[in-house]
Amino acid sequence: MSKLKKIGMYTFLIVAAFISIFPFLWMITSATNTSADVTKGTILPGSHLFENISNLFATIDIGTALLNSAKVSVTTTVLSLVIASLAGYGFEIYRSKAKDVVFSILLLSMMIPFAAIMIPLFQMFAKISNSAPAIGIDTLSGVILPTVVTAFLIFFFRQNAKMFPRDLLEAGRIDGLSELGLFFRVFLPTMKTTYAAAGIITFMSSWNNYLWPLIVLQSPENQTVPMLISQLGSSYSPDYGIIMTAIVISTIPTALVFFFMQKHFVAGMTGSVK
Amino acid sequence: MKTAQKGTSIRSKASLTGWAFVGLAVIMIFVFYFYPMFQALLLSFKSGTGMNLDFVGLDNYKRLFTDTTFRTALANTFIYLIIQVPVMIILALFISVLLNNSELKFKGFFRTAIFLPAVTSLVAYSVIFKYLFATDGLINKLLMKIALIQTPIEWITDPFWAKITIIIAITWRWTGYNMIFYLSSLQNIDHSIYEAARIDGASSVRQFFGITIPLLKPIILFTSITSTIGTLQLFDEVVNITKGGPGNATLSISQYIYNLSFKYSSDFGYAATVSYSIVIIIIILAFLQFKLAGDDK
Repeated sequence: MSKLKKIGMYTFLIVAAFISIFPFLWMITSATNTSADVTKGTILPGSHLFENISNLFATIDIGTALLNSAKVSVTTTVLSLVIASLAGYGFEIYRSKAKDVVFSILLLSMMIPFAAIMIPLFQMFAKISNSAPAIGIDTLSGVILPTVVTAFLIFFFRQNAKMFPRDLLEAGRIDGLSELGLFFRVFLPTMKTTYAAAGIITFMSSWNNYLWPLIVLQSPENQTVPMLISQLGSSYSPDYGIIMTAIVISTIPTALVFFFMQKHFVAGMTGSVK
Repeated sequence: MKTAQKGTSIRSKASLTGWAFVGLAVIMIFVFYFYPMFQALLLSFKSGTGMNLDFVGLDNYKRLFTDTTFRTALANTFIYLIIQVPVMIILALFISVLLNNSELKFKGFFRTAIFLPAVTSLVAYSVIFKYLFATDGLINKLLMKIALIQTPIEWITDPFWAKITIIIAITWRWTGYNMIFYLSSLQNIDHSIYEAARIDGASSVRQFFGITIPLLKPIILFTSITSTIGTLQLFDEVVNITKGGPGNATLSISQYIYNLSFKYSSDFGYAATVSYSIVIIIIILAFLQFKLAGDDK
């Protein structure tokens, strides 16, 4: 590689990396500054982080939003992993013509834009509210239910089940395990990486989901984190220090998940389309 | 393709067990995707406020063709689509080829840094971009400091620049995400192919168009379809950065459907009609993209 090419390559990548990181840096430094300093255009870290944190918790009920988001994301992730992996495993291990047809029909649901089904879904949950208020409108269960199973996740588990060694199942059968036992005692423990990847994807999209919670939830005590951030962001006299602190706190769970499980995350994203 | 079951008795038993495994997921997909899709179709022939809807035949579809707000939202969405998706895909391809260079140092750092935007929540990054691109915001201050501009650009409040801001924001969020797909495919390409091309005297530009692009075609198709669907559903960014404004200059179709249903005097029927337009557009575009990519899959 010529020297000039090398310089060009590094310059481009450094600029791209800088542009990618800069909003994060600004978010973090702004969380340590007063609103007035942020308005002035400070990009250096300040000394008001703890003041911002205590002001945030004193003026805004972010604790409730965090708890709601945690409940929704954790429940969604657990249910998703169980139901979608059972299905992905079932489609691959007990393969039949009829099941293959059903599977390709399920895949079509990936093309359905959420905007096209959100109104009927809202009506559905409004109706459910009449007979079972605990899972209808303005409940966290209402947020969770329609987002639990996606065709993508079923597809993802099926793709990975293709690589699963069948001999293990035969061995398990000889040991007298039931079909369900085979799934829980043989398949699940061997596919930990697949579950990790699927779990990360589901947790992140659930934690960040905005439109459906916005439609289905009404009372402030049910608010999730993205709803709260959006509301803070549209206030007329924003306190930038406090808002940035709120955004930093809301980003911590997904950032942690990302940094500790980066390998699985990337494998999970790309693995299914290889 | 390869599964050969052992005996007929096992087969029928296995088949039943199999249905038990997939049952719950299949039911949920039908209840929460296909049934609402069908309901939306029925709704699109009805009109009224709230839950009181009457059958109006094709009235909603007639209204759609004379609805100027719909036309604006459609035009905006297509501007995002036509400019943003190609720019992002080319950028992501270019970066992934650079990152795949065996002589590159700090590969891990560059990859993580450029991928980082993909882990942020859409709402959180939108709020940050809204502040960064405010008329008295940091971006304008920096641009003026380095004397690139004399007067601040109205990133959020000017109809033209507001669209640009949305495009910049989406590109920032999703380039790294797509880059990862290309990078992992590039790593699967056998290096000896490039070796042979080099011996034959092919320049790196020719290698890129002659080897890399054809080999990445399936993944480019995949990412362009997912990006297209994503852009057609654009909501979080527009709502949180510009609120669809100024006027309706950045309004997206999803936002218009939301407004029709929950903001203006709600008309679920007409909103469903508008939502069906997205479905039809997605089908047409996916079909075109498949055709464009050729039938060799």
